[in-house]
Amino acid sequence: MSEARSIPAWRSRMHPSWIAFLIHRLSGLALALFIPVHFWALGRIVESEAALDAVLAWSAHPLVKLAETGLVIALALHLAGGIRLLGVEFALWRGRPGAAFAGMIGFALAAGLLFLLNAVSG
Amino acid sequence: MNNPRGETLLWLAQRASAAVLAICVVVHLGTMIHAVRGGLTAAEILGRVRGQAGWEMFYWVFVVAVAIHAPLGLRTIARELSGWRGPTLEAATALAAFLLALFGSRAVTGLVG
Amino acid sequence: MAEAMLDVRVWRGAGDGAFRTYAVPRRANQTVLDVVSWIQRHLDPTLSYRFACRVGMCGSCAMSVNGVPRWTCRTHIAKVAAEGALTVAPLRNLPVIKDLAVDMAPFFAKWARARGQFDPRSGLGSEFARVPPASPERAAADAGIECIGCAVCYSACDVVAWMPEYLGPAALNRAWTLINDTRDGGRKPRLAAVAGDAGCHACHGQEGCRKHCPKSLDPSGAIAGLKRMSALAALKGEI
Repeated sequence: MSEARSIPAWRSRMHPSWIAFLIHRLSGLALALFIPVHFWALGRIVESEAALDAVLAWSAHPLVKLAETGLVIALALHLAGGIRLLGVEFALWRGRPGAAFAGMIGFALAAGLLFLLNAVSG
Repeated sequence: MNNPRGETLLWLAQRASAAVLAICVVVHLGTMIHAVRGGLTAAEILGRVRGQAGWEMFYWVFVVAVAIHAPLGLRTIARELSGWRGPTLEAATALAAFLLALFGSRAVTGLVG
Repeated sequence: MAEAMLDVRVWRGAGDGAFRTYAVPRRANQTVLDVVSWIQRHLDPTLSYRFACRVGMCGSCAMSVNGVPRWTCRTHIAKVAAEGALTVAPLRNLPVIKDLAVDMAPFFAKWARARGQFDPRSGLGSEFARVPPASPERAAADAGIECIGCAVCYSACDVVAWMPEYLGPAALNRAWTLINDTRDGGRKPRLAAVAGDAGCHACHGQEGCRKHCPKSLDPSGAIAGLKRMSALAALKGEI
């Protein structure tokens, strides 16, 4: 006997807590890939200020700014998703999953928008 | 497998580091949003943190928490989605934690001086 | 006027089976179980499926309905197939015996592994045990004891799909109700049985169990309780 693998299950996942889980996992993966690069770039200050400035100058490019905004959003999403999970696990909050999800998205978009506006303002 | 105590303590380490990171990330987000205004320079970053004991302490805590949290998260994903288990996975997790701590400490000593 | 018909895709065969389509007349107040029964009685008597009580008590008629695990006896067609298209399949995460009947043995084996049996503590005496209805333990147990063992939560859970040794929401919910039973004496071995990443700590709070439980129970809340209690026990060296 085996399980029926070809039965689709995606519709059973379309609810706030599952989507919050997915976002939490993807943002966590993105951060885990980015953080070593981030540490490496900051570590260049050990060599010289000029070395870090070279990295920072590169980051002034609009596309890089946009990517940075993406990372800020990923960080804020992972933070909010983590708080959601800690809230569930430590019984700090047991309200409607949709409210937690909305808070998570709202917080992350607000953080990303604030960062982007500050990044492009002279 | 079948090490409930060990797995439970790793879960606890993951959640404890998460709680610490929650505070660190709020500070980090605030700092970034504030500091990015007008563009970033090495001198500006150094002027803010160099020789500041408070920032030094903050970034050390941040780096240690990241070095615990991220490898445990990746370990969970590997176990779940690839079925990777056993000593090689534990060694890879430990190596990831060591490298993150190493890179992180290099960044902190470089910045804070 | 032509009779309104439903276009019903039904899983036929074992795990390597396929969908077959049937045309079933639409009726008022029709449930998914009614549709499946109509196919068996009028179109194909070899169709295999399970049911018993037809009123949401026995937990035997759960199936995957349009990709969502549901109790079919209390799922109205009007709710799930408003446009006349319906797909009925066996529950996910369990071996398929034939058509819509899955093998529930692995599901209940996990209840046993989670020590889901009552284990009376010593010194209960011959009198009835008094359990104050308003006590926190009683309230926590009350929240989970209406489980009918239908395996909808088990079928909805992706952690079960990814980690086949994971105990799953129903077994863990059962363990949590027993841990909150003040007459029970098996707390420590039960916490050891449910801790770790084959147990409660594998859960990521996807909450498919909470979303799809036909009895509106909250297994994810029960699992969270187990996480806290067994983590504390691990710190104290009790497990």
